Amino acid sequence: MDYQPPPFFSRGPAPLVRLGFFISLAVLLMVLDARFRYAESIREVFALLAYPLQRVALAPVELLSASADFFTTQVALKRENEQLKAKDLLAASDLLTLEALRAENTQLRRLSEARERVPRVSTLAEILYQGRDPFSRKVIIDKGSQQGVEPGQAVIDDVGVVGQVTRVHPFLAEVTLITDKEQRTPVEVVRNGLRAVIYGGGDKGTLDLSYTAADADVQANDLLVTSGIDGTYPPGLPVAKVTKIERDAAYSFAKITCVPAAGTDQNRQVLVLSREAGLPPPPADAEPRAGAAPKQKRPRKQ
Amino acid sequence: MAYFEQSERILLPVNVAYMAFTVVLALLFNLLPWHDLTGVPDMAALVITFWCVHQPRRMGIGAAWFVGLIMDAGNSTLLGQHAFAYAFLAFGAIALYRRILWFSLWRQAAHVLVLLLASEALMLGVRMIAGGVFPGLLYFAGSFTAAALWPTATFLLLLPQRRPESVDENRPL
Repeated sequence: MDYQPPPFFSRGPAPLVRLGFFISLAVLLMVLDARFRYAESIREVFALLAYPLQRVALAPVELLSASADFFTTQVALKRENEQLKAKDLLAASDLLTLEALRAENTQLRRLSEARERVPRVSTLAEILYQGRDPFSRKVIIDKGSQQGVEPGQAVIDDVGVVGQVTRVHPFLAEVTLITDKEQRTPVEVVRNGLRAVIYGGGDKGTLDLSYTAADADVQANDLLVTSGIDGTYPPGLPVAKVTKIERDAAYSFAKITCVPAAGTDQNRQVLVLSREAGLPPPPADAEPRAGAAPKQKRPRKQ
Repeated sequence: MAYFEQSERILLPVNVAYMAFTVVLALLFNLLPWHDLTGVPDMAALVITFWCVHQPRRMGIGAAWFVGLIMDAGNSTLLGQHAFAYAFLAFGAIALYRRILWFSLWRQAAHVLVLLLASEALMLGVRMIAGGVFPGLLYFAGSFTAAALWPTATFLLLLPQRRPESVDENRPL
């Protein structure tokens, strides 16, 4: 005969059993998320729970900046206005030449039967906050799938490429900065058109031009722009500037360090560029291989 | 000692809605835009530890796991990373609650510091396995701040349970 304690003493499974259960669930989720990215629907549910909290948490910051705007002095406004007018004047002349050049370019392309370049649709977004994760460099922007943001779109600021949309929620989207350790951007050197792939440097806020031959023609202060081959980034956007080159005869690759051109850690306003129309969709990575690198976002072609 | 005199006071039963409210407040704190500030305490971890120590039958490993998942989704970290660490944290707190409450507040804080550091280290280990970069030792600074807040948290979180049972018209509060 076994004796059961009366039900009012019953406390459910032992803590160790519960711990085992929840730990295995957490590990399962992490493996699904990191290796296979099947956990997106679960993430959606919890992101929806977190969304009101995020908005409320951001409210005081928004209020602060709004009140700061309200108390801007007239002098400052006037000065800014003058500066903007001067800038506008400068830009207007550029714009006129740009229009002429664009028309000419279109005509030349048509002549050479090249595909006509379609100007991309862009969405202005604001960076809400930086993810509280010391392991990656990601920011959250205030536009999501409801505003037409899709994963894989390029994000730029007024100077250059900031990053790429990697995850989209209904009202928010997550942008992985080009300085993230797992972010790669196809680039080319402006000076000679040499193509390469630039890797994020992680915590340091720099970028590495990895797997470039030791004798490649790269010099300090070279500007790197997007090559546009991948169809994600429009060609010619500034990405980074080469700061340091270490060539070691023992290695077949040079170690090239760059700093990002865009203010990846400073700006609040960014522009989300839509994908170029007319390109075939990238090959779907429907069956991620078990041996593939963790968190493979999308195939990035060089 | 003043604390032991205080501890003789019989507290009112806890209100579960209040517990949930404090957890939501802690999550709000964590989701504030902190940018790269070092030493920002993980309030959710602190509040979970507190309730696991004081109310181990009401706050448990499952609830901690759930809060961890919300943290993961809100910060877009690896899904399950905070859940993993918080489940361990809750387990540690529940395993130690009979011991911790015998000590004075600052000694309790020392126990909590060890628990928080262990959970942070677990999270670090998980991320290193998943292919992260080591963020530097300052990563652990938040645990020290959180442990330093333990006496304050104890005072604030137990306030509703310290209300007088019969309201005295001449002496409100």
